[in-house]
Amino acid sequence: MSSSLDEMYREVILDHFRSPRGRKPLAKVDITTDGINPSCGDELALHAQVEDGILKDVHVDCKGCAISVASGSMLAAAVKGRPFAEVLRLAEAVRKMLKGEEDAALPEEFEDVEALKGVRQFPVRVKCALLAWVTLIEGLKNYQSGHGTDKARVSTEDEKS
Amino acid sequence: MQPDTGKSHATVTGTLTGLDVAAIKEDFPILNETVHGHRLVYLDNAASSQKPREVIDALLDHYRHNHANIHRGLHTLADRSTQLYERTRRHVAQFIGGVKPEEIIFTSGTTESINLVAYTWGEANIREGDEIVITEMEHHANLVPWYQLARRKNAVLKQIPITVCGHLDLSNVDKIVTPRTRLVAVCHMSNVLGTVNPVRQLADIARKVGARILVDGAQSAPHMPVDVTELGADFFVFSSHKMLGPTGVGVLYGRYDLLENMPPFHTGGEMIREVRFDKVTWNDVPHRFEAGTPNIAGVIAFDAALTYLERIGMANVHHYESELTRYAFERLAELPGLEIQGPQVVEQRGGAISFTDPDIHPHDISTFLDSRGIAIRAGHHCAQPLMRILGKVATARASHYIYNDRNDIDALVDALKEMRKYFGV
Repeated sequence: MSSSLDEMYREVILDHFRSPRGRKPLAKVDITTDGINPSCGDELALHAQVEDGILKDVHVDCKGCAISVASGSMLAAAVKGRPFAEVLRLAEAVRKMLKGEEDAALPEEFEDVEALKGVRQFPVRVKCALLAWVTLIEGLKNYQSGHGTDKARVSTEDEKS
Repeated sequence: MQPDTGKSHATVTGTLTGLDVAAIKEDFPILNETVHGHRLVYLDNAASSQKPREVIDALLDHYRHNHANIHRGLHTLADRSTQLYERTRRHVAQFIGGVKPEEIIFTSGTTESINLVAYTWGEANIREGDEIVITEMEHHANLVPWYQLARRKNAVLKQIPITVCGHLDLSNVDKIVTPRTRLVAVCHMSNVLGTVNPVRQLADIARKVGARILVDGAQSAPHMPVDVTELGADFFVFSSHKMLGPTGVGVLYGRYDLLENMPPFHTGGEMIREVRFDKVTWNDVPHRFEAGTPNIAGVIAFDAALTYLERIGMANVHHYESELTRYAFERLAELPGLEIQGPQVVEQRGGAISFTDPDIHPHDISTFLDSRGIAIRAGHHCAQPLMRILGKVATARASHYIYNDRNDIDALVDALKEMRKYFGV
């Protein structure tokens, strides 16, 4: 088995790809954002419910490659139930980690997310891993400015690499 | 055709396949590479082909023994380089059906060939309200130059649609190609669908309304016999690097009477007859269109690529690849749910096989196959409008050439089966 292949497709990534978390549609939606990764054609729809400053639930629907689907699934599992401000901070930290800019300390529950680091060896696939996180960041920021449900659309092409 | 130098293994044999592929493989040094511990299985030929030793040697020989700038020097090497460069021009003219050497213009590739026509013939002949007709299956190279020309001129860009089977739908063609149509630009063979288009029929349709036809032969010239006169093409364009030759060399064939009346493209050295500060006159065809120092070594080595292909015979190349396509279709059918784009009948298509898996993204397919030493292409193949029509964001594409054989197809199919287990879907 090729070691570099397994470096990218860690078992935990394949597990999230096979059975993605956060696929259940939400009853109440406060944030809705679409993300696209034009280089691969990955498409992702993110919905979230905010209650008392907590990101109560997240729904991620991603049509794309194994990396983008797994990344979206990991996001849904990791941020659910966390305070809004903390999620924004952590999402920024993951974005920087994936881009190889900064390895910030992440909470224990982000262990799966750390497995995405392997994509850094495959520059063309970094955007696949980034897709869910930049979509979330856009949604959170829009929510802060009172435009959470404006159906914003974000593209990984806007990410400086 | 050049005499057999005895350097090459490429000969037509009496075997069932028509080609002695084991011997041909030995002519391509790169096929000895290992990738991630596996022998290289190169199935990305629609993107670019590999080079036989003779072509690599021709490049080296040129720089070791013959190099100088062409057409202007009065010394021995300048003369040698010029002779060899012009020899390739005559060879290309003969390769595409025996046209005049002056009708062959060297460019940097198919893309530049098409841009040359758009910026010279197009600028001079397209007016407001005129129509440029392309097809839904065009590569961006045969789409964006016409889109831009249409915008510059306030002209109309129209498309001939495709059928669900991946053929051109000509049922309403008389409503698309009209007396306002000045140009029809169509690929001879689709780089995504593999479809071989009825170019002669389209040329007749174009001629009836007084339009010109440009044929993008980037995918056909490497794989089948081409006679541009028989096809009825006014312009025919293709690239060296997809047919065993060096990168950075393209061909524009244009009918002499059209070229003669076209203004220059790039301006500078070589393309002039006389220059004064207040007046410049243009050189004759084809030199008018070859400003500056061209890819001399590349053009000269392209001659060796043509010789190699001719020694096998383009009809044999085509026949062999069809048989391999048939075999690939048979084997790929072992993978339930795998969807192959384009014509399913081998006689109507070339060897570019685009496919999708219901559960695994083409980029994951390509990454997995690469880990097994297998090179394919994944993505939109520079045909985004076509992908939209097919309802795909991307496809995986395996495309073979003369040095591929059944073992390569077997390696592909076995790896795809293994991939499904790996991803567990």
